[in-house]
Amino acid sequence: MKNELIHLNHISKSYGGKAVLDDLDLVIHENEFVTLLGPSGCGKTTTLRILAGFETPDNGSVIFEGKDITNLPPNKRQLNTVFQNYALFTHMDVASNIAFGLKIKKKDKSYIEDKIHYALKLVGLEGFERRSVRNLSGGQQQRVAIARAIVNEPRVLLLDEPLGALDLKLRQDMQYELIRMKNELSITFIYVTHDQQEALTMSDTIVVMNQGYIQQMGTPESIYNEPENAFVADFIGDSNLFPGIFIKDELVTIDDVPFPCTDTGFGTNRPVDIVIRPEDVKLVKKGEGTVSGVVTDVIFKGVHYEMCVDVKGREWVAHSTRPRQVDEEVDINVHPYNIQVMNKPESEDEEAVRENG
Amino acid sequence: MKIRYKGIKRVYIGLIFIFMYAPIALLIIQSFNKSKSRGRWGGFTFEWYGSLFTDASIIEAFTNTILLALLSSVISVILGTMACICISKMKKKARNIMMGITNIPMLNADIVTGVSFMLLFLTLRIQFGFGTILLAHITFNIPYVILSVMPSYRDLNPHIYEAALDLGASPVYAFIKTVLPEIMPAILSGGLMAFTMSIDDFIITHFTAGAGVHTLSTKIYSEVKLGIKPEMYALSAMIFITVLILLILVNRVQGSARKEDA
Amino acid sequence: MVKTKRIAGFLGLPYIFWAAAFIVIPLIMVVWYGLTDENGGFTFANVAAIANPAHSKALFMALLLSFIATIVCLLLAYPLCMFLVEAQKTSNSFLTMLLIVPMWMNFLLRTYAWQSILEKTGIINTFLTSIGLQPLRLINTNGAIILGMVYNFLPFMILPIYNALDDIDKNVINAARDLGASSRQTLTKVIFPLSLPGVISGITMVFIPALTTFVVSSLLGGGKILLIGNVIEQEFMVAYDWNLGSGLSLVLLIFIVINVIVSVLTERSEEDYAS
Repeated sequence: MKNELIHLNHISKSYGGKAVLDDLDLVIHENEFVTLLGPSGCGKTTTLRILAGFETPDNGSVIFEGKDITNLPPNKRQLNTVFQNYALFTHMDVASNIAFGLKIKKKDKSYIEDKIHYALKLVGLEGFERRSVRNLSGGQQQRVAIARAIVNEPRVLLLDEPLGALDLKLRQDMQYELIRMKNELSITFIYVTHDQQEALTMSDTIVVMNQGYIQQMGTPESIYNEPENAFVADFIGDSNLFPGIFIKDELVTIDDVPFPCTDTGFGTNRPVDIVIRPEDVKLVKKGEGTVSGVVTDVIFKGVHYEMCVDVKGREWVAHSTRPRQVDEEVDINVHPYNIQVMNKPESEDEEAVRENG
Repeated sequence: MKIRYKGIKRVYIGLIFIFMYAPIALLIIQSFNKSKSRGRWGGFTFEWYGSLFTDASIIEAFTNTILLALLSSVISVILGTMACICISKMKKKARNIMMGITNIPMLNADIVTGVSFMLLFLTLRIQFGFGTILLAHITFNIPYVILSVMPSYRDLNPHIYEAALDLGASPVYAFIKTVLPEIMPAILSGGLMAFTMSIDDFIITHFTAGAGVHTLSTKIYSEVKLGIKPEMYALSAMIFITVLILLILVNRVQGSARKEDA
Repeated sequence: MVKTKRIAGFLGLPYIFWAAAFIVIPLIMVVWYGLTDENGGFTFANVAAIANPAHSKALFMALLLSFIATIVCLLLAYPLCMFLVEAQKTSNSFLTMLLIVPMWMNFLLRTYAWQSILEKTGIINTFLTSIGLQPLRLINTNGAIILGMVYNFLPFMILPIYNALDDIDKNVINAARDLGASSRQTLTKVIFPLSLPGVISGITMVFIPALTTFVVSSLLGGGKILLIGNVIEQEFMVAYDWNLGSGLSLVLLIFIVINVIVSVLTERSEEDYAS
């Protein structure tokens, strides 16, 4: 992989006795798009604020290019932030907002002019220099906030739920815009969100967090296809989450029905959690599948239909472009490759996570 | 039915307005009255507006009043704004205590506040005069500033200050460039309120002035029994009209600025 | 960040000292003087002096007149604020015109001007005699003092009520109507309860200055009607009996403290409600 840029070295932080981050250790590489993903209160924003310098960790250190910057004030760091709700200076026009950091660095006038022009072009707001930021739409304010951060040529851009306040269509457009900007600037993006769709679309690396712990870290594909625990499986995408028994390598049972799988190394006859994505649950004619059930609900979801199938009292969710009828009897097939086996949570903490999550 | 209800509304608001402004109108008319006795109209005159400027005692009282209002509002704005920043960062308990103390001058009766100042200055053997009035005015003005600035400061998006730091500003520069402009309207309105309260105060000044120093209020009070000099009406009318015109102008400017903005 | 917090702490120091020196200590002085005699010995006599018939009558008159004035203020202000809020276009500048601008005419003069309106040869009586009616005795009456109180303190009632009414979410009112409440029911069951904190705040803000005034009574009462404020003022400025004056002030402080407790309690219960 590329050069290591940031190392969050065993960070702990608590507020009023409540631990928000517990021994968090995270390495971020140069030119990476990293997303911190998790529900509210999982510690992702605190992590971002420690990176930006607005919070000091109780324990641990922040290493930037080998140097300890834990106690460096935010104005001395080579990172810039795009804030949630943008935090634009409403008493200044667009150009003054963007020029703010450059003026502090005492850049000369023509340099600043060029930078403003470049930044506005990058975010697609050419000609907006003299507009008051109060009268911009949410999406435009968002772009100004990004422009204001990137003109300072930061090594890392921190984005705190930047799309949270935008409507769905705009949010999807901005996702592509952000990827384009990232490629053009070739700097590191650290992105905080609770929206798994955003995370899956944009990231090189996703860090799934919950209750101050990193639950799993990896590429979007690995996070989606091979969740390491029930929390990640539940949080990312829709999923069927069943308790099962790992009989032996490449064989599990769900409610005593044997299913071949591809996982190995979980021992023998051990209780495990099993994840099957709804799109991997194949509904077939009666008599042609592994288990039989009855369709209880059919919901049209746009691209596909979502069917709930009752199998001996357990509900399976299946996605298909072909609708079934309610009360129709069906069989279910699952390809061994699509059965994801996970260890049961070990600590009570993790258990609590699962119940709350 | 609806029209009649609207009519009643208008008339009611109008009557309250008349109630508030009738005495003021009367005082302004009085300032043009040739007759010195207030019950009789002796003809129209500008005389009092001229003789006003030769009356040293009125001019002195006027200067004192303005100087007190200016000094006390400026000092209370500075102290009050600084206090807001500190108080809003305090823990809840300390903050409640500070806000409780801040509320005392507003909730307390003016006469008790005035009397308490008088006792303090008497006990400390401080010479009554301009200084003691100023101390008192600053004290009762600070709460107006704090109560005006505090909500605005606490409503402030804290990310704005952080954004400035993030872009490389030092804490002081970030404060001046981002926080101050945002809370400026609240500071100004707090300051204006303080200025107004200082100008209008009589009771607390009455107990802290001692002999020799007069503000317009104490001077008027001392003249009530003998009859108020017509020059006093003229001066008050001038102050009132000036402020009214200023406010209307400011409103116009702000109004048109807002229109351009939109 | 830690440094910023420390700087913020220092900024507050001047005010903390100021508040201690000029708010807290002076109040302690009142208590001190009120509970000692001229030789510095402890005594309750100054506070007990409120039982003196002249003093208790002044206190009773003050309570009575300020109570009536507060009620009148409430009755005048509430409809006014409802109309202003309903009008919606009510701008800040309009409220400033109504409430703040009059303050720029000295309040002693404004109160004094009522003499010209109420006195025997004043505007009202001149009008009455000109249409052949008997002139009324208006000045130097209890009514004149109540009028002066209402006139001076009405803004203190209007402002909190207006703010409370203005803060009510219009959809809450719409919801009440939607659920079948008549406009009268909406007013009594929804609007008024929601505006209650403003009403109570207005009441406390009018009652205390009215109860303790000595200016209104001496300007419009002709010196005949003494209120407790007049008694205290005279003890300090004429009789120079600071101990007695402080003792009587302590009696006023009791009413003020009750007032504060009432307003704090209503604020607190409102907070409970919110959480």
